[in-house]
Amino acid sequence: MDYNKRVDGRDFDELRPIEAKVGVIKKADGSAFFKMGNTVAYAAVYGPREMFPKFMQDPKRGVLRCNYNMMPFSGAGERVRPGPSRRSKEISAVTTNALVSVVDLNDFPNAVVDVYIELSQTDAGSRCCGINAAAMALADAGIAMKDMVAAVAVGFAGNKIVVDLNYEEEHLPDYVEGLDNKDVADIPVAMIPSTGEISLLQMDGIVDKEIIIGALNKAKSAIAQVSKVQREALKEKFASQIVNGNGDDENAAGAGN
Amino acid sequence: MIDQETRKHIRDSLERGVRYDGRKKDQFRDISIRTGFLTTAEGSAHVKCGDTEVIAGVKMSVEKPFPDTPDSGILMVGAELLPMCNPKYEGGPPDAVAIEVARVIDRGIRESKSLDNHRLCIKAGEKVWTINVDIAPLNDDGNLIDVGSIAAVAAILNARFPSYENEKVDYKKKTTERVPISKVPVAVTIIKIGNSFIVDPAEQEEQALDVRLTVTTIGDGQLCSLQKGGEGSLTVEEIDKMIDLAIKKGEEIRKLIKQQ
Repeated sequence: MDYNKRVDGRDFDELRPIEAKVGVIKKADGSAFFKMGNTVAYAAVYGPREMFPKFMQDPKRGVLRCNYNMMPFSGAGERVRPGPSRRSKEISAVTTNALVSVVDLNDFPNAVVDVYIELSQTDAGSRCCGINAAAMALADAGIAMKDMVAAVAVGFAGNKIVVDLNYEEEHLPDYVEGLDNKDVADIPVAMIPSTGEISLLQMDGIVDKEIIIGALNKAKSAIAQVSKVQREALKEKFASQIVNGNGDDENAAGAGN
Repeated sequence: MIDQETRKHIRDSLERGVRYDGRKKDQFRDISIRTGFLTTAEGSAHVKCGDTEVIAGVKMSVEKPFPDTPDSGILMVGAELLPMCNPKYEGGPPDAVAIEVARVIDRGIRESKSLDNHRLCIKAGEKVWTINVDIAPLNDDGNLIDVGSIAAVAAILNARFPSYENEKVDYKKKTTERVPISKVPVAVTIIKIGNSFIVDPAEQEEQALDVRLTVTTIGDGQLCSLQKGGEGSLTVEEIDKMIDLAIKKGEEIRKLIKQQ
């Protein structure tokens, strides 16, 4: 049997509902909230500021440093132990790589731009959700960028290419009985929308090359939709400031869901 | 950190009875509480007090009890001062400030003795429920202890146990069972700057303080925990006055929490 109807009733190339907002953390230089289905990420940007430890400074340009963290109560099962893990460190590194090519920090030698990504609840796709929030927070902080970065997980489950997998789809054979093909592949992708260049790519699972290329092509249109939501959220904040005639965002924080 | 000028300004203004942000000395910023919005937590609360904003989430699991209390469940409150919430925090293991915030909140709830630990026991010596409450500040503009404590208590009251069958916890299925807690402990921190006593300090006020006292009350004029902080000192008369203020403010906040 093939996977004919998605566990949450979406079309196979349909994204989960998205909510996005910038300027949600007042103390930060830039911040964003991004929600895809039941996965929620906050991102806060601090900097450019002096970098410590000093030996990590780059005398040629500023350094982008992303930090991904799951809040202890954000996992689907048991509590997640606070503090860095092997997983969170790796995700922090690939997130930094996904974003660094669009930011221009040449004017800030020896400085760092810190991006803190916090997940308050997760239902798969958390690194993509984090990247989406981080890109918006960087833009909100006024960091020079040549484009946004938008991300979504695509994959292969029950012989179908699926877009924006949730937790159940990542573990599909546990939730749908009688699948002929029990292989599940999860492919998080981040893209620079204007060029279609891919800045994050990971894959876990067993698939043919054709499936991957097919999935990446689907990712392209999904990412265009994500990117549109990001831009609209950014516009909304700055448009409302023009209307209010000041820089105070009365509705800061409290995004929640 | 604030500069000397700002510190002096805060101090001098208070002498004239004016607070940095114009509030009355015994006035909290507006508090809003929202509960039950996190899908992955067994209980959750989002508390906003002025620009200070925290979320608290409850996770429950079945664990082996401590050997000295074989038939008691375990409640633990933790707080991490996420570097996201204020530029003054850095990543890495929690420092003394973060640990104090977490421990003062934890003790305030624990020492209220209002949790029926025995009802959290599944099989003495082998299996008891462990309730972990974690506080995550989103934006720190001062008074994290009080705001975190409101969030922790509201999240505990909001929590429902997950289903437990055949020795397995099913986090997808929530029961209607609540945490067996009979009181609503509320921490109120009063800070002293010069000769003034103020509640709910915003970040700048907090940085200008001489001494602070956190008083956790449980209603009916009862206290369950105290913590003096800061480098300054207090007289008995001052403590007397501060406790009275904490009891009064604690009542108001308790009402807000109970409305949830």
